[in-house]
Amino acid sequence: MNLDGLLPNLGEWLRGTGPDSDVVVSTRIRLARNLANYPFATRANALQKADIESRCRDAVATAEIPGGLSYLSVNGLPPLDRQFLVERQLISRELSTVLEGPRGVAFDDRESTSIMINEEDHLRLQVMRSGMALDEAWEQIDKVDDAIEAKINYAFHDQFGYLTACPTNVGTGMRASVMLHLPALGLTKEIEKLFRSLQKINLVVRGLHGEGSRATGDLYQISNQVTLGKSEAKVLQEIREVITMILDYERRARAALMKEKRQAEQDRVARAIGTLGSATMITSDETMELLSTVRLGIQLRLLDDLPATTINQLFIHTQAAHLQKIMGVSLDGEERNAARARYLRNRLRELGAAPR
Amino acid sequence: MNRCQFCGAPSTIHLTDIQNNAVRQMHLCERCGRERELLSEAESPQLNLTALLQVLLTEMKTAATANTTKPNYTALTCADCGLKYAKFRTAGRFGCPADYDIFREPLLPLLERIHRSVDHAGKAPRSRRLKAEVAELNDRLIAAIAAEDYTAAATLRDELRQKDTASG
Repeated sequence: MNLDGLLPNLGEWLRGTGPDSDVVVSTRIRLARNLANYPFATRANALQKADIESRCRDAVATAEIPGGLSYLSVNGLPPLDRQFLVERQLISRELSTVLEGPRGVAFDDRESTSIMINEEDHLRLQVMRSGMALDEAWEQIDKVDDAIEAKINYAFHDQFGYLTACPTNVGTGMRASVMLHLPALGLTKEIEKLFRSLQKINLVVRGLHGEGSRATGDLYQISNQVTLGKSEAKVLQEIREVITMILDYERRARAALMKEKRQAEQDRVARAIGTLGSATMITSDETMELLSTVRLGIQLRLLDDLPATTINQLFIHTQAAHLQKIMGVSLDGEERNAARARYLRNRLRELGAAPR
Repeated sequence: MNRCQFCGAPSTIHLTDIQNNAVRQMHLCERCGRERELLSEAESPQLNLTALLQVLLTEMKTAATANTTKPNYTALTCADCGLKYAKFRTAGRFGCPADYDIFREPLLPLLERIHRSVDHAGKAPRSRRLKAEVAELNDRLIAAIAAEDYTAAATLRDELRQKDTASG
């Protein structure tokens, strides 16, 4: 498969549509599954790993999954392609660079369903949906799970449920996350307080790239921690309730911003566009911060020339591997910052983006 | 962080005892502290000196009889994958599905701490669901026969036959 073919596509999670897309970027659900009668991937030797990979591959290839999935062997990919898949949220950083041996990923054309093989667990099923779509995502992943289960024997325990390499995932094996864009709560500094209260009810807040990552560009992922003792439906309901509350807070903070600081906000958005359109060197982090401001500007109708999906495109295209694929050359840090600035200047000129 | 010497929960009470230049430290969680009446029932925790001495003295005795109270799981090994419990505690990852049964005893309090539960609720593979449904129908059939409700029993019997053909 030539990955360059994916470049013009936004992928499901950046489609920019779906319910509550003014605040919710995407919804993701993953299920951890393992084969019965095999050691977990963390303890399997090279031979066993190869065996596990081929069994899982066969199951995924023959399972009745709508649209069909194509498989990519990750250990056979050059580092740039691996990073590219990480940026598109199709594989984890662990699968990309930390783990060794036979491993891979299968995904569909829309980049909505993806299945990692030989990650921490033999199978990591993932479904992405644009916007707030927990029910739809669950329905989709439940079917994929059933389709694969018809082909292989899962490790399942009468008391503990689906068995996983790490006891923090045992039970449902389910982690549901909703990615939120919360620039107004970030500005009013209410965000820390909010997150402290989430921890008390066993929800986890993380940055864009999962565990331990910083929240760049005001993007946060909220997900469940508990996988044992609560049904999937109950966990999803708890997340839904919390997200509904956060959406309300963020929208109120945005309304207050427009009421009390409209001029200052207009200025901030104009400056963000100005910097993006004129810088000659720019880091990925700074780009994300500025794009976050522009995205808020679009939502608050302080800017009308730019569709929100364009921001998503700039967001993904300015990440390291995407940028190098677009430029067609490998670039080191400094060169990348210059190339990123050049790309942004050209794109914004083409779009004729200017503050109101 | 230090964990409670009695139950392994995060400790909030730390005792340091110095006798003849020998320093001994103890860590307890609030619950175990209360059980040993170290803390008074009042809102603001106040140390109970008599109870404190009691705990330190019994701890000295148990230390002398070399940890007979708490079983030592570190050497426990899975015959299937060769994983030792000690290794699991440092790496935090199991080696194979059988580990969940081999390490069951020390695992239960761990799961309780992580998930506040030790029993799965939610989805099960289709084959298991079918088995559970058959078991439930069987129970209802026996109850119906015991209650001499033969109409209900006949319906349940038919349902069971259908399940049987469905599961092959």
